Amino acid sequence: MTLMRANAVSVSLGDAPVLAGLDLEIAAGEVVGLIGPNGAGKTTLLRAMAGLLPLDDGEICVQGRPLHRIDRVSLARMLAYLPQGGDSHWAVSVETLVMLGRLPHRDPWHGPSETDRAAVEQALVACDIAQFRDRPATHLSGGERTRVLLARALAGDPGLLLADEPVAGLDPGHQLDVMAKLRDLAGAGAGVVVVMHDLTLAARFCDRLALLHDKRIAAEGSPEIVLSPSTLARCYGIRAYHGSAEGNAIVVPLERVKPGPGHAST
Amino acid sequence: MVSAAASGTGKRAGERAVLATLAVAVVLAFAASLLVGPAAIGLPEMLHAIFSGQADIAALIIREVRLPRAILGLMIGATLGLSGAALQGFLRNPLAEPGLVGVSASASLGAVLTFYTGLSGLFALALPLGGMAGACIGVVIVQSLAGRDSSPLTLILAGIAVTSFAGALTSLTLNLAPNPFAALEIMFWLMGSLADRSFEHVWLSAPFMIAGSLLLATLGRPLDALTLGEDAAHTLGFNLRALRHRLVFGTALCVGAGVAVTGAIGFVGLIVPHILRPVVGHRPSALLPASALGGAVLTLAADVAVRLLSPGRELKLGVLTALVGAPFFLYLVLRLRKQLL
Repeated sequence: MTLMRANAVSVSLGDAPVLAGLDLEIAAGEVVGLIGPNGAGKTTLLRAMAGLLPLDDGEICVQGRPLHRIDRVSLARMLAYLPQGGDSHWAVSVETLVMLGRLPHRDPWHGPSETDRAAVEQALVACDIAQFRDRPATHLSGGERTRVLLARALAGDPGLLLADEPVAGLDPGHQLDVMAKLRDLAGAGAGVVVVMHDLTLAARFCDRLALLHDKRIAAEGSPEIVLSPSTLARCYGIRAYHGSAEGNAIVVPLERVKPGPGHAST
Repeated sequence: MVSAAASGTGKRAGERAVLATLAVAVVLAFAASLLVGPAAIGLPEMLHAIFSGQADIAALIIREVRLPRAILGLMIGATLGLSGAALQGFLRNPLAEPGLVGVSASASLGAVLTFYTGLSGLFALALPLGGMAGACIGVVIVQSLAGRDSSPLTLILAGIAVTSFAGALTSLTLNLAPNPFAALEIMFWLMGSLADRSFEHVWLSAPFMIAGSLLLATLGRPLDALTLGEDAAHTLGFNLRALRHRLVFGTALCVGAGVAVTGAIGFVGLIVPHILRPVVGHRPSALLPASALGGAVLTLAADVAVRLLSPGRELKLGVLTALVGAPFFLYLVLRLRKQLL
C-alpha cells in the first residue's frame, strides 16, 4: 500500500531551486534510506514531505490525499517528523518531552488519558529511556537525546516517520539500536524514510535506497543497485571498496575520483 | 505502567499544590493591600466596610480608594505575569518580557500625548484612552513589520524598532513640553503607579485585560509543542502564525490596558515566570496560570511596600519594581553566563 507519493515535486529555497521534478513513493512496512551528497536537498525533501515547505510545482499525497488539503491535526496524527539535532529549549523532564508526541491525539480540555500514558510508557521502554524519565531533557548525552527524540516521535504512533539523520553522531551500538527501532516500526506496518550518510548501515537496514542528486532521485532500488561503483562515482565522486559480510553489503569509501560525465553535464 | 500513572498523577498534584499556594498568597496580598494605608483600618472594619454598604469614612476609604487600587494591582500583576510567561515560551528566551513587543512604549506615548495636548485636563479618561489608542497603533505597526511568517526573530526586531521610535517620540514630547510642571507631570506618570485610581479605571481596563488573558490562556499546548522548535510544533499540528497573532494581540490587550491606566510597571513580566519556571517543572503551559498568580502576588506586595516604605511621599510602584528588578536581571545574566561556560 502506498503511504506517500511525491509526484514531479519542485521546491526552491529563496530563489535557488533545490528539487526539480522529483518522484518518490513510500509504501507501508518499508524503510527507505534517503542518501546523497551534502547539499543535495535531502532535508528539503523531508521537510516538504512533512508539509513544512511550500511546493513550487507537483504534488505530495499522503494516503492518496494531497498534503495541502489535509488539516494540520489529521496530518500530525498520521506523520511524525524527527528533525536533525533538535534540542529541548526548556529543562522539562524526559517523560514530559515524550508526552509532546501525544499532543495531536489528546483531548483539548483534559490531561493525558490512559491511552496517552500507555503510549508514552511503551515509547519510553522501546527506546530504553524509562530509567531516566525524570531527568531534565537539557541534561542528556547525544545518544540519550537521540533516543528521547525518537521516543517522542514513536509516542504519537505514526503511520509514517520522516527521520533526518537520526544516527548522526552516535556510537556504533546506538546506531544499531536506533536503526533496529526504525525496522520495528516498519515491521508494525508504518512507512519510514530515514536520511543517512553511512552507506553500509543504510544497506544493512533499508529495504530500499533513494539517492538524491542533481535535484532529483538519481538512483532508486535495492542497496546493491543504488550503491554500484558507477553510481557512487557519478553522484558522490568517490571510489569505494565493495564487499560483504554475513550477507550484508559493505561499502567503504577509498578515494575521491573526478566526477563522472553525469555530474559534468549539469 | 502503574508507576508511570502514579508519577504522572504526582506531577499533576504537585502543580495543583503550587497553584493553590499561589492563590492563597494572592488572597493574603490582596487583603494586605486593603489594610495598609495612611488611615488605620482593622480587618473587621475592612470586611464590614466592603460588605455592609455603609457610608462612613472608613467604608469610603476602603471602597473608593483601596479596593480599586487592589483590584488594579491584581489585574495588572496577573496580566503582566501571564503575558511574560507566554512571550518567554513563544520566543524560547527566558529574558523576554511583555515590553519587548513594543506595546508598553507605544501605550506610554499615547498617554503622554494626551498630557501634552492638554486633553487629559479636559476629561479624566482621556489619559487611559490615549494609552490604549497608542497600544493599538503600536501593535498594528509591529504586526505589519513582523510580516506574515511566524519567526520569533522578526517579532523581536519589529518590537525593538517600535519601542525605540515610540521612546524617541516620548522624549521629543518631554522636550517640547510647554512648561517644567507639564514635563514633571509626564515624568511622574511614566514611572507607573497604582495610587489614586478609581473604579472608572478598573471598568475601563478590565474588559481588555480579561479578553487578552483569555487569548493568552489558550496558548499552553502550542507553547509546549514549541519546546522542540518550530518544525516540531508545526508537525505536531499547530499553526504558528495563528499562535503569534494570538500572542501579540493578547499581550497588547493586557499590557496596553495596563500601561494606559497605571503607566509602565517593569520587570514583573520578566521576573515572575523566571522564578516560577523550575517550580512547575519548566512546562510552558503550566507556567501560564502560575505566572498570572505570581505576578498578582508580586505587584500587590510591591504596592503595599511602597506605602510602607515611604508613607509621606510615596515611592512610585514602577520605580520600586525597577529597583528590585534590575539587580535581579543582572543576576539572571550572570547565571546564564555561567551555564554557557
